[in-house]
Amino acid sequence: MSAQTTTGGVAERKVPPTSVRGAAMRGVVARPGQEAVEAKGWLRAHKWLLLRRASQLGILALFLLGPWFGWWIVKGNLSSSLTLGVLPLTDPFLIVQQLAAGHWPYREALLGGGIVLAFYLLFGGRLFCSWVCPVNLVTDAAAWLRRRLGLKGGKAPAGSTRYWLLGFVLVIAAATGALAWEWVNPVSMFHRGLIFGFGLAWGIVGGIFFYDLLIAPRGWCGHLCPQGAFYALLGRASVVRVSAARRSACNDCMDCFAVCPEPQVIRPALKGVGQDHPLILDADCTTCGRCVDVCGKDVFRITTRFNRSES
Amino acid sequence: MNEKVQPTGRAATSAPSPRRRFLKDAAGVAGGAGLLALGAGMYAKQASALPATAIRPPGALPEDDFLAACVRCGLCVRDCPYKTLKLAELGDGVATGTPYFEARDIPCEMCEDIPCVVACPTGALDRALTDIGKARMGLAVLIDQENCLNFLGLRCDVCYRVCPVIDKAITLERIHNPRSDRHAMLLPTVHSEHCTGCGKCEKACVLPGESAIKVLPIRLAQGSKAEHYLRGWEEKEAAGKSLIGDQVELPVRGLEDKAYGDTRVGPGESPQVPDYKPAQPAGGGLDSGWKP
Ligand code: SF4
Ligand code: SF4
Ligand code: SF4
Ligand code: SF4
Ligand code: SF4
Repeated sequence: MSAQTTTGGVAERKVPPTSVRGAAMRGVVARPGQEAVEAKGWLRAHKWLLLRRASQLGILALFLLGPWFGWWIVKGNLSSSLTLGVLPLTDPFLIVQQLAAGHWPYREALLGGGIVLAFYLLFGGRLFCSWVCPVNLVTDAAAWLRRRLGLKGGKAPAGSTRYWLLGFVLVIAAATGALAWEWVNPVSMFHRGLIFGFGLAWGIVGGIFFYDLLIAPRGWCGHLCPQGAFYALLGRASVVRVSAARRSACNDCMDCFAVCPEPQVIRPALKGVGQDHPLILDADCTTCGRCVDVCGKDVFRITTRFNRSES
Repeated sequence: MNEKVQPTGRAATSAPSPRRRFLKDAAGVAGGAGLLALGAGMYAKQASALPATAIRPPGALPEDDFLAACVRCGLCVRDCPYKTLKLAELGDGVATGTPYFEARDIPCEMCEDIPCVVACPTGALDRALTDIGKARMGLAVLIDQENCLNFLGLRCDVCYRVCPVIDKAITLERIHNPRSDRHAMLLPTVHSEHCTGCGKCEKACVLPGESAIKVLPIRLAQGSKAEHYLRGWEEKEAAGKSLIGDQVELPVRGLEDKAYGDTRVGPGESPQVPDYKPAQPAGGGLDSGWKP
C-alpha cells in the first residue's frame, strides 16, 4: 500500500487507508504534524509537546538541584520524596507493592502516597506517564526514530499484557515478601539512576529503547509497563480528558494515529465507534496532547470529562 | 512489500468460536506476563543476598522485612551528614537501590539524633531505635589474627582507641605472650552486647589494604548459642550457689597453701625441688635466656 512508503508525502496521504487502526499500527506517517505546522505554525503545532518536556525535565531538574548544586528543594526520588522539608510524596504503586509484600509503612509514606493518589485519581492517571515519567523521554525518542527511519512491522505483545503483569507484580511481591519488581523496574531505576548514580542500569534503559525501536513499536509503555497500567487504572474516572470536539473537520490524514502512543484510544471518539460523544475516555490515553498538536484541522482539545459538546 | 500485519488477529476467520479464541489469546497473554513476573521474582530472590561487607543503616529491619519495606528513595542517604550511606547501583551486588555502607570506605559516625532513621518515610529504618548505642548494624570481628599488630605482640590498639563504645564494645585483654615468654599481649576483643557495628574500628585499622578487624552482618559474625550446654558459672550466679554442690578439694603437692585451682607460681616461688639448677647454655656467660 502506497501509504507505507517512508517518504509518505502530503500527496499520498490524501488516500485514506482502508483500516484506520491497522494503518495507525503500521505507522503510515513518517513526519506527522507537517500539515499542522503549515496551518498553525511550529510553536502551536508543538505546544503540548513543549509543555510536557518542560514538565518532565523541570521535575527532574528539581530533583537534581540538590545533588548538583546543594539546593535541597526536593530530596529523594520519584519513589518517595520530601519537598521543602515538609511535603512528603510517595509513589502509590510502591505502597501497593509494600502492602502486597506485607509491610505497613509509616504515616509519612501513607500520607505522601495519598496525596499523589488523589492527584492522579482526580486529574488523570497516565498524566504520570506523559508529564512526569522519565522513561517516556526514552520511548518517545524510540518512536520518533522509528518513524523517521521508516521501520515497519515488528511484534508487540497484546496491550493487555501490562494489566496481567501488574497483577503478577503484586502476586510476586506477596510470594517473595519483597518489592520484587523494584529489582528490575526501569521507571524507578532510571529516575534513581539519574539522581543517585546508574551502575549498570543504563543497560535496562538502553534495552527499552532498542526494544521499542527494533522489536515492538511502542512496546514498553504501550504494552508492558505495569506502572503505566497501574496509573491507567487510577485514571478511569479522572476529570481531564482529550476530546475530538471538531471531529467533523477531520480529513483522515492519520497524523494523530501515527503520533499517539496509544492509537487505539482515538477511534471511538474520532470516528464515533461504540460511543456518540467525542471524548476519549479510554484510561490508556496519557493526555499527552500530541494529537492536539499534530492535527492541522484543530480537531482535538484538552477539556474535562463533563464536556461532551461538539463544535 | 505487502506484509500482513494483523492488528490483533481478532478478525473474523473460520476459527471455532470467537469466545474460545479470546480465551486462548488471554491465556497466552497472561502466561507471557506471568513468566515475565516470575523471571523478575526469581532474579530478585537470587540478587537479594547481601555481600558480607555491605552493612545496612542503623535501625534497619531484619533483611527480609527490610526488602518489603524500603522503597529505595534515598532519603536516609541524603540526611546522613557523613555521606556514609549510599544507594546500591545495579551491579554493586546489593539489592539495587537499597541503602548500605562499607565500613572500610566510610563508617557510621553514630549520630546521636540518628538522622537517617528519622528521614525514612516507610519504616524500613525502625524509629523504635532512639539510642544509637542500641544499633546493631553488624558486629566487629578481629578476623585476621595473623596480621593484627597486637596479636604480633605490638601495641597498636588503634581499633580500640577509635571505638565510640571504647572499653565496652572493644576491650584489650591481657594475656601472656608465649613467644617471648616474658611479655604481655593486649588482644582487641569485641563484645557483642555493646558493639553497634559502626565500623569505625574497621576503617581505622592501620594495616594497608584489608583490615584485620571487620564488621560483618551478625548472622555471619556470630554462631548460635549451644542451648544444651549450661554454663556452670552463669547458673551458679543465677542460683546464688553451685548447682552441683561443693566440690571435694584435694591438696596438690607443693601448692598446699594456695587456693584450690590456683596453680600460678609467683617470683621466687618455684616448686621446691632439691638441687634444681636452671639449664646453662654451653659456653655460658652472656646469654640472658631471652627467646625472641
Ligand atoms: S508506561 Fe511506564 S515507563 Fe512508560 S511513561 Fe508510563 S510509567 Fe513510564
Ligand atoms: S547514624 Fe549518622 S553517620 Fe550513621 S548512617 Fe545514620 S546519619 Fe549516617
Ligand atoms: S529512607 Fe527508608 S525507604 Fe528510603 S531508601 Fe532509606 S531505608 Fe529505604
Ligand atoms: S564496630 Fe568497632 S568501633 Fe564500632 S562499636 Fe563495634 S567495636 Fe566499636
Ligand atoms: S587497628 Fe588493626 S592492627 Fe591495630 S590492633 Fe586493631 S585490628 Fe590490630
